[in-house]
Amino acid sequence: MRVGLFATCVADTMFPDAARATAMILERLGHEVVVPREQTCCGQMHMNAGYRSEALPLAERFVATFGEFDAVVSPSSSCVGAIRELYPQLLAIDPPLLQRTMELSEFLVHRLGVEDVGASYPHRVTYHPTCHSLRVTRIGDAPLRLLRNVKGLELVELPDATECCGFGGTFSIKNAGTSSAILADKCSAIESTDADVCTAVDGSCLLQIGGGLSRRGDRVRAVHLAEILAST
Amino acid sequence: MRGPDETFPQAAARELGDAQLRANLGNATATIRDKRARVVDELPDWEQLRDAGSAIKAEVMADLDGYLLQFEQALRAAGATVHWARDGAEACAVVAQVARAHNATEVVKVKSLTTDEIELNATLAQQGIHALETDFAELILQLDGDWSSHILVPAIHRNRTEIRDLFKRTIAPEIASDEPAVLAEAARLYLRERFLDAKVGVSGANFGVAETGTLCVVESEGNGRMCTTLPPVLVSIIGIEKLVPTFADLEVFLQLLPRSSTGERMNPYTSLWTGVTDADGPQELHVVLLDNGRTRVLKDEIGRQALHCIRCSACLNVCPVYSRTGGHAYGSVYPGPIGAILTPQLIGIENAPTLPFASSLCGACYDACPVKIDIPRVLLHLREQAVLATGKRSERAAMRALAWVFASAGRLRLAQRLARIAQRPLVRSGVIHRLPPPLSGWTDTRDMRPVAAHGFVEQASAERERPE
Repeated sequence: MRVGLFATCVADTMFPDAARATAMILERLGHEVVVPREQTCCGQMHMNAGYRSEALPLAERFVATFGEFDAVVSPSSSCVGAIRELYPQLLAIDPPLLQRTMELSEFLVHRLGVEDVGASYPHRVTYHPTCHSLRVTRIGDAPLRLLRNVKGLELVELPDATECCGFGGTFSIKNAGTSSAILADKCSAIESTDADVCTAVDGSCLLQIGGGLSRRGDRVRAVHLAEILAST
Repeated sequence: MRGPDETFPQAAARELGDAQLRANLGNATATIRDKRARVVDELPDWEQLRDAGSAIKAEVMADLDGYLLQFEQALRAAGATVHWARDGAEACAVVAQVARAHNATEVVKVKSLTTDEIELNATLAQQGIHALETDFAELILQLDGDWSSHILVPAIHRNRTEIRDLFKRTIAPEIASDEPAVLAEAARLYLRERFLDAKVGVSGANFGVAETGTLCVVESEGNGRMCTTLPPVLVSIIGIEKLVPTFADLEVFLQLLPRSSTGERMNPYTSLWTGVTDADGPQELHVVLLDNGRTRVLKDEIGRQALHCIRCSACLNVCPVYSRTGGHAYGSVYPGPIGAILTPQLIGIENAPTLPFASSLCGACYDACPVKIDIPRVLLHLREQAVLATGKRSERAAMRALAWVFASAGRLRLAQRLARIAQRPLVRSGVIHRLPPPLSGWTDTRDMRPVAAHGFVEQASAERERPE
């Protein structure tokens, strides 16, 4: 399959290893991965912050950049959720491309039927299901199925896993106090698992969780799911 | 209706600082949340029930004028007096007039958000009429001069020791224990006599049936039923959005509401009354149909779904924001996610512009809502209106600049390069500990990951385009 890789502005800028790992996993499975040079941002931040007219050209740009691919895969369920759920309202049309756009783990499990990518990662890992992966793109347990097949990986359950981490885009700045209060509980839950690594499918949530853990002086690292699945 | 006096971030900062409140709220919301999840999961047709609830409400909104006239006609035929109130002042005036006509200096009240919305108690007090709250939690708040922080359990921010101390100071000087049964008994003794003396009862209504003119109140204590059956006169104030077309439609909502609100399979006290019945219950019934901003909400095709709300409070209990800040941070009788979309629409976005931003858009409210109100979608819709109405110029400039950067891959690469240079003095052992305002809001409590040394797209697209 010819797959367009949508890195997202967050991963491109701050989590390039997650985007690189996404390409690596897909190529190992025999797919042709193309990284269009013209890609930038899906516009989710502008849509979510009330700047709909500023988001419109970014949505149009995404459709123009990725329209030609059989599938578009991204290491972010939040951006994929914005594309699939918000673009139809924003663009007032529903191009078939939107339904071909998927987050990595849902693409692997739901589209390709792959649950074992041959990865090896000898660490104690806990998984935080991000809100948009649970309630917007609804990827279900796809990431857990993949993690269970990683060699050497000890998966530990996160208490109150489905609770938000408090990121919420501009919410994390505009309502920094509330965002931090929500994060504090998430960090405590992660600490209680005694895991080495907390993983998730969204760079933005990992930015929040990783930033909180680091400030608390925790040894737990926040690592994107793609990086675990690409490890051998 | 009164709106918030301060911005949500200001109010939240104060509430977040109260450790007792945080603990009370955290425990209470977690308990109700678990109870709800258990009784919802056991119903195989829960999703179909939600669809039905949503469809019935959409139907009512699409033809509200017709249903209201039908309701009025049915009420009159059943012996009720119908009053139309454009706003809270008109509704309060009806209650005062009825109380005066019967020489009542006290009215007994069923717990009602609608009467809180129109500040009925304060308005009646100005005219020398005391409105006694008879719901246990509302009584607690009234005795302490406090106000509601939750739609269903208004005193959720208070624990039982605080309540015992309050009762000792007010209605039960002898009280010794903070056992729930002892606290309830103290309130019962205090309230019983007042019920028997009352000449006028005041209620809201959870539902009004257009077909029959029936009013319905759903409560857990039985105190509401005392108010609607003992006094010879009853005034019921109902928001015009609370109608359902037929009596059979109640079947859907009486399944959805208790499971979503208290986590019960069936509601304990469901009172239904249709007009006046000879020698049974109040012999004079006044029904006030309240608009108070609702027709304005109805005009907005996206926002109007907020009027579908059946006040179950499931969205509050699952909300990561509400369960940390509590209801007072929202500065409105309608707190939590539903309040964040209802308050700004009822009083105008310019009067509550920060409420639609009081959400991480986690979507838990939408999933929990028994009538499938797409709260995140309405939040985004209202955020757009808030930006247009009261947006800060500096924020708009920053967002426009970012959109301009994102509109070109070349500009994004350049911005990344500039950020790498700018962050150099700030990075310590791989993270940034302090950023300038407004980003300091982040670094006050969290480290920031720096911009990576090499952007992915720039490198990967170059590698891939290189001839083999």
